[in-house]
Amino acid sequence: MVDESQTSEPVIAVKSGVELKAQAKDLNFFYGDNRVLKNVNLPVPDRKVTALIGPSGCGKTTLLRCFNRMHDLYPGNRYEGEIRLDALNILSRQVDPIEVRMRVGMVFQRPNPFPKSIYENVAYSLRVRGRIRRSILDEYVEGALTRAALWSEVKDRLQEPAFTLSGGQQQRLCIARALVSEPELLLLDEPTSALDPIATDSIENLLNELKSQVSILIVTHSMQQAARFSDYTAFMYLGKMLEFGNTTNLFAKPTNPKTEDYLSGRVG
Amino acid sequence: MIDKPLERSVLPHTKLPARFWRKLGERLIVSVLFLAGLSSVATMAAIVLLLLWESLEFFRVVSFWEFITSTEWTPILSRDNPQYGILPLLSGTLVSAGVALLVSIPIGTVAAMYLSEFALPRVRDFIKPILEILAGVPTVVYGYFALLVVTPALQTILPDLGTFNLLSAGMVMGVMIVPFVSSISEDAMQAVPSNLREAAHASGSTRFQVAWRVVYPAAISGISSAYILAASRAVGETMIVSIAAGGLPQMVWNPMEQGATITAFIVQVAKGDLPRGTLEYQTIFAAGLTLIVITLALNIIGHFLAKRYREIY
Ligand SMILES: Nc1ncnc2c1ncn2[C@@H]1O[C@H](COP(=O)(O)OP(=O)(O)OP(=O)(O)O)[C@@H](O)[C@H]1O
Ligand SMILES: [Mg+2]
Repeated sequence: MVDESQTSEPVIAVKSGVELKAQAKDLNFFYGDNRVLKNVNLPVPDRKVTALIGPSGCGKTTLLRCFNRMHDLYPGNRYEGEIRLDALNILSRQVDPIEVRMRVGMVFQRPNPFPKSIYENVAYSLRVRGRIRRSILDEYVEGALTRAALWSEVKDRLQEPAFTLSGGQQQRLCIARALVSEPELLLLDEPTSALDPIATDSIENLLNELKSQVSILIVTHSMQQAARFSDYTAFMYLGKMLEFGNTTNLFAKPTNPKTEDYLSGRVG
Repeated sequence: MIDKPLERSVLPHTKLPARFWRKLGERLIVSVLFLAGLSSVATMAAIVLLLLWESLEFFRVVSFWEFITSTEWTPILSRDNPQYGILPLLSGTLVSAGVALLVSIPIGTVAAMYLSEFALPRVRDFIKPILEILAGVPTVVYGYFALLVVTPALQTILPDLGTFNLLSAGMVMGVMIVPFVSSISEDAMQAVPSNLREAAHASGSTRFQVAWRVVYPAAISGISSAYILAASRAVGETMIVSIAAGGLPQMVWNPMEQGATITAFIVQVAKGDLPRGTLEYQTIFAAGLTLIVITLALNIIGHFLAKRYREIY
């Protein structure tokens, strides 16, 4: 057992002047009685890519799913603490999780398009917001598919079922589905782990393009991926946030020995 | 490479007799399973053959054209000039089945959606057995329920409604079919992977939108087979219509009138003591054949629908 009093509290902060889109403050999360997140602090800088890394089972997915209140779907889950989206504490009881999800998009580990046409998959996120004129819908769908770097590949087959696409294309379709409603924050949970290197490459390029428009929080198992294109990196270990910082600095000289071990491949 | 064969003693239970008996046992089980499968196929074939055989006799006397176009069906009522048009019975069947489906499909679908997507486990455990009881009530009870309770109740709203009518029979039949629709549809919705639900929630859907716009269409192939099954049951249901719908074979499109269905006619004739081999007796086989053809057509449509909307997650 590690004696908690001996490990100094990690400094989780960004330099002044960096604007934050969202921020977890002293966040605890429980699956029933199982406390999986322990006093987690995480700043998510505005229109930057923040990568969340750490060994398997440390709570990355759990933390990510707090940011759009996904845990509300299952009984017995409980949050403590705050997550600020701009000034709003989205964990507050008064906040409707649906309103949070309208502002925060999510892309899952495995591509999960709906069994609908390519067009309807993207249009879905708009249709649930109410009746929208077809011409506007067309415009948004094209825009989202373009931003997801998929438009040129699918523009002639929009009415075909989504499952006719390749795995990488399906994942880009899911990104388009998340982007079409113009979210402020995009959450991605290991979006390339089910894909081959070429598809992975195209998704990384695409996220690079996107960060000028949307704040991105991405869980990744690949340190190379985090190093390649994230601006900030957060390192989690056993449900705690051990280190957060500018990606270049964190990879060059991690302050926490655990981070160093993980980055050098000795843990996880 | 192994250049020496393995010694037998190394591997236990490889002595010939043991293997022989095991193989024999397997063969035996496979044969029993095959025979069980075969027996259902054989029964089906025997039924169809019998119907075809007796109907052939029938169609020697009555032209097939008359059978499918004449709008009168009086094989027993009219001694001197019996008419053999299936259309009156067909119309009665379609009207009562139509009413039943108008009741059972919406209620069954909504119930399935509620049970699969909304109900708390405790509520579901309470409701499901009740639905199953609905399916287990003997149809004769439903028949008298239609005649003695539902029809009088309907008459307070519709004063013109007769004692025997297709509306009340169809409605009660619909209630009887609800559990079939809801249980198959619920299974189909439960089979929709939860990652689709999560994707829908993450897009900002309400629970209702998730159920209606994502889960229902994703499960449509299973749900459409529930609808087809409901239709087959409605077409084949006998007792309720015999009791509550009256027995007069007439062309009917208005569910408030009385009418005879194919099944009700078959029962009526089978109950009477018509001598075998007479034309009157053979009418029931022609009618039965029609019933089988409808059911078969429904199954083919169902198969086609399931293929057309085959969900790929
Ligand atoms: N639905 C759940 N109910 C109970 N415990 C859970 C649930 N999901 C995850 N856990 C537990 O919470 C802890 C953190 O899981 P989480 O999925 O967040 O890890 P992760 O960092 O995303 O791991 P990986 O890199 O393998 O995806 C694990 O110990 C896991 O066993
Ligand atoms: Mg995970």
